[in-house]
Amino acid sequence: MTVGLAHYLTVSVVLFCLGLLGVIARRNVVIVYMALELMLNATNLALVAFSRFNHNLEGQVMVFFIITVAAAEVAVGLALIVALYRKRQTAHVEDLASMRL
Amino acid sequence: MHAASTHLAWLVLLPPLGAAAGITLLALNRPAVSARLSIGAILAAFGVSLVLFTQGVEGRTAWTWLSIDDGRGTFVAELGLRLDHLSCLMLLVVTGVGSVIHIYSLGYMRGDRSVGRYFAGLSLFSFSMLGIVLADNFLMLFICWELVGVSSYLLIGFWFERPAAADASKKAFLTNRLGDFGFLLGIILLWAAFGTLDFAELEQRIGAGTTPWLPSLVGLLIFCGAVGKSAQFPLHVWLPDAMEGPTPVSALIHAATMVAAGVYMLCRVFFVFAAPGSAAPDVIAWVGGGTALLAALIAVQQNDIKRILAYSTLSQLGYMVLAVGLAGMAAGAHPVPAMYHLTTHACFKALLFLGAGSVICALRHEQDIWRMGGLARRMPITFWTFLAATLALCGIPPFSGFFSKDAILALAWERQPVLLGLAVAVAFLTSFYMFRLVWVAFLGPAKSQAPDHARESPAVMTLPLLVLTVPSVVAGFWGIDSYLIEHFRPGEGLSAPGWLGQLTAPFHHAPVAAFSGLIAALLGIVFAWRLYSHRVQDPLPGLLDAAARPLRDKFYFDEFYGRLIAWTQDTLARGADAVDRWVIGGALVKGASGSIELCGRLLRLVQTGSLQTYAFLFVLGAVVAIVLMLGW
Repeated sequence: MTVGLAHYLTVSVVLFCLGLLGVIARRNVVIVYMALELMLNATNLALVAFSRFNHNLEGQVMVFFIITVAAAEVAVGLALIVALYRKRQTAHVEDLASMRL
Repeated sequence: MHAASTHLAWLVLLPPLGAAAGITLLALNRPAVSARLSIGAILAAFGVSLVLFTQGVEGRTAWTWLSIDDGRGTFVAELGLRLDHLSCLMLLVVTGVGSVIHIYSLGYMRGDRSVGRYFAGLSLFSFSMLGIVLADNFLMLFICWELVGVSSYLLIGFWFERPAAADASKKAFLTNRLGDFGFLLGIILLWAAFGTLDFAELEQRIGAGTTPWLPSLVGLLIFCGAVGKSAQFPLHVWLPDAMEGPTPVSALIHAATMVAAGVYMLCRVFFVFAAPGSAAPDVIAWVGGGTALLAALIAVQQNDIKRILAYSTLSQLGYMVLAVGLAGMAAGAHPVPAMYHLTTHACFKALLFLGAGSVICALRHEQDIWRMGGLARRMPITFWTFLAATLALCGIPPFSGFFSKDAILALAWERQPVLLGLAVAVAFLTSFYMFRLVWVAFLGPAKSQAPDHARESPAVMTLPLLVLTVPSVVAGFWGIDSYLIEHFRPGEGLSAPGWLGQLTAPFHHAPVAAFSGLIAALLGIVFAWRLYSHRVQDPLPGLLDAAARPLRDKFYFDEFYGRLIAWTQDTLARGADAVDRWVIGGALVKGASGSIELCGRLLRLVQTGSLQTYAFLFVLGAVVAIVLMLGW
């Protein structure tokens, strides 16, 4: 059996859906954050696969951008979570409902 | 005859109009100037009327005021004057009686603060009344009709600082407007049906035959106008209150001319009622007869000298309206008796009012007859002229009222015996209440200190009385009826018998009517003499017991109308309040705000504040978008 584009994409979609599930269903903010990263990386996987099978590098350029931005985002996001935890003494999503009217 | 003479008719109208405008603009604060202007104007109008009458000018003259082409036809509004026997006679009555009353006013209104305003009102009234008389189409008639209403309003409320006068003027105007509403509807209906408002054209077209219901409906609607202006039941309530105005005004407007305008109008457009199969004449006759009886009954128990005369006017107007209705009941008849009675009544009723004014002036504005008495010796001219007018009103031969009233009774005898009985009863009541007035006020003993200092009025007031006495006494011999018959039936009215023949004619022509009327009148005098010749208090309430009360209280019409109007207004106000509260405030305003608030509350449920719910909804939206884009 040769491994084709469809396989890569299937793995990518599964990873994406797992990440989505984590974002929607997990209660801890840090876990939610990690699930978010998982979704980004699922996208990366799809893009790399496209690059490989289309024989050009545009997908890989995109992936580098995403990795860079994600690194910056992790730095900012984790700092926010730490600040939030210090302020509220909690890292649970349902306690962070201050957007409610 | 020739065209130049018909243009003369404008000259009747212009002097009073000029005087009214001139006084209002220039001489409002100059009593002498305003009086001269006004009296000069009415005398000029009288002179021109006399010329027109003696020359026998007939024809019409018109000035096109508006001409509007609306695509389907041309609407032409003309101010047209029509000269014929009817209008010439009425011109003489209005300007003649008017002149006398204008001069009398000079004495009666001496010393009043706003004489200028008074004469301006009189001149305006004269102009509009002459406009009604001369009008040859409904439009002009209606304009002058309303102008007459306005001047009546101004003159009733002349002493507007007195609340009673101010209220009376409002009441008169509003009641008149109520009738005029129907009148206007009738005019509009005529315009819609025939496309013209000209009397001559309308007469031709209605005579040529129409749908059967049209003359009935139009006749009744037009009669509404006459009911208001001539104060017939059920709109009669304004006339007695109108006595709050100065007495010469009561004489001119509310006895001799304006209230007669309704009857004149009915005679002028008699062709509407004469149309075969019209139901209007019966209604008119019964309304007239009913008003005559009702007013005569009320007059029996009134104590204010002017109010007695006012109810007597109502009653006599009822006679005239009755005559119009009776004339319309049979085909080919003419309303001459109504016009005849209108003419004689104008003279003797004006004389009665002027006599009353003379008494009121002499007693320093005392109007209660039970505070008068013994005035015959102190005011001989006033008394004898008043007595002559009273005899004319009661229909005692050879005074003028006998002939005109007999013409009506004879007509009733021909058409409707029930109405003859009613008219005879009114004749009895008329002489009863009039001689009650004469005995209590003039002949009986003095009932208070007031008459002790009474003196005969100055010549400027007694002279008009004497002048008016002449037609009141002898107008029956002038052949007014044959002159009028000329108008409706050319060629038939020429054979007027000599004066002796005229005196006995009623007894040959319709003896039952003539004798019953005469006997009723004499009986009334005898009853009044037996009851009132030496009394200082009214014995009638004691004799009639509870029956006298409704008579004195005018059958409670004012109270009833007051309640009715209050009830109507309350109901309307409650209805409007309910609409405002429930429909406008409730359904519309509160409904708009409520529905928006409900939407807001529903949308608020979505705003949970939970990050994950938002994320879930976002994904859901994305999925939906993808599905739609891919077209699954």
